[in-house]
Amino acid sequence: MNPATEELIPVHQKMEDEVKLHSFRGSPYGCRVEIALKLKGISYQFIQEDLNNKSQHLLKYNPVYKKVPVFVHNGNPISESLVIIEYIDQLWKGVPVLPQDAYKKAQARFWAKFIDEKCIPAVFKVFGSHGDEQDVAEANEQLQFLENELSVKGNKFFGGNNIGLVDICASYIAFWAGAAEEALGIELVTKDKFPKLKEWCDNYINCQVVKDGLPPRERLVAYYKWRFGKA
Amino acid sequence: MANEVKLHGVTGSPFVCRVKIALNLKGIKYEFVAEDLSNKSADLLKYNPVYKKVPVFVHNGNPISESLVILEYIDEVWKGVPILPQDAYEKAQARFWAKVIDDKCIPAIFKAIVSHGEKQAVAEAHETLQFLENELKVKGSKFFGGDNINLVDISATFIALWVGAAEEALGLELLPRDKFPKIKEWCDNYLNCQAVKDGLPPRELPVGFFKSRFGKA
Repeated sequence: MNPATEELIPVHQKMEDEVKLHSFRGSPYGCRVEIALKLKGISYQFIQEDLNNKSQHLLKYNPVYKKVPVFVHNGNPISESLVIIEYIDQLWKGVPVLPQDAYKKAQARFWAKFIDEKCIPAVFKVFGSHGDEQDVAEANEQLQFLENELSVKGNKFFGGNNIGLVDICASYIAFWAGAAEEALGIELVTKDKFPKLKEWCDNYINCQVVKDGLPPRERLVAYYKWRFGKA
Repeated sequence: MANEVKLHGVTGSPFVCRVKIALNLKGIKYEFVAEDLSNKSADLLKYNPVYKKVPVFVHNGNPISESLVILEYIDEVWKGVPILPQDAYEKAQARFWAKVIDDKCIPAIFKAIVSHGEKQAVAEAHETLQFLENELKVKGSKFFGGDNINLVDISATFIALWVGAAEEALGLELLPRDKFPKIKEWCDNYLNCQAVKDGLPPRELPVGFFKSRFGKA
């Protein structure tokens, strides 16, 4: 179902397709893949991994990083969330995750990379340091690029009228960051500093496929209290 | 149909060279705009306000930054010699290895270079290179891309030229042949490709760079 138009779009998932996702509930990177799969209407088996006791399969499938998510299609494993999402988008038609146009596609890949390499680490650092002034300033600098991008494009989502790769990548900012902010009493993505980004967060987590893919908020807040909370 | 292709870069950057090699492979004519990194052009800063780095690829006035993003764009817009495999799974594997090279291999090797071959740093670099060695062994082919070079080979350009140059400049041994026979063989084959030869700076350039930047006083 196209979440914007509520139109039923046929998805060609063969009966014999075996689709598995190794992850853990609450992983922002695993959730990216789940959201992409739900967007396409693809059925999959979720295999919960215990990161303190990784399964033999996980270590076999991802010997380089030994991380989740690992996507396994008919026994063939793929690691790294962005690589997985591009694979899913190419193989299963229907609701597109990436734009068709080559230049727009390049822009989407650029912003996805930026979110992973600059934004998320900067935001994460703020939580680790309990809102250290310098860390907040650096995070604000990165978030400003996303704010500008939304301003310039003037759309509901980074992907336009519908969510796309960049929106899915930014799930951490839409949901995990907010939970951490609440847990630690820190204000980072505020309406007055980042009005467009805040509006985007609200719109994004209101999408059905996103709602279906996110973990329960209270559990995440509790986890962050435990993980980053002061002694 | 006007097709204006420009590449903003510096001659000695391995990331810029990735793009040059891809353009050579496809036979695409382009204008090279040499940047002075200590005095970046207004165009560069306008085209890449986020990173303010090279390479920046400009196609008909539309800029794209980040070498791997540029490579994928080039492969999609210009058909002919493919840079990525057609098969979705093989394409995913290629993207994965390109990412490993960027996220793990190059940073680890660079750290080993900067530390002048400190034992732990070299051990960590070797750990990342072992993955590439295994991949070549398992594939049993001349290149990561099979019989012809592909995205992964192009991503590993730094290993093919810059690592050897750093070894020479600083008297280090980063890629011993007995430990990494497949990678060494790959380096020789890769540097022998015409598209690669035409895209690389003369070896003295990175050697000189490493000597001046990291050489002991």
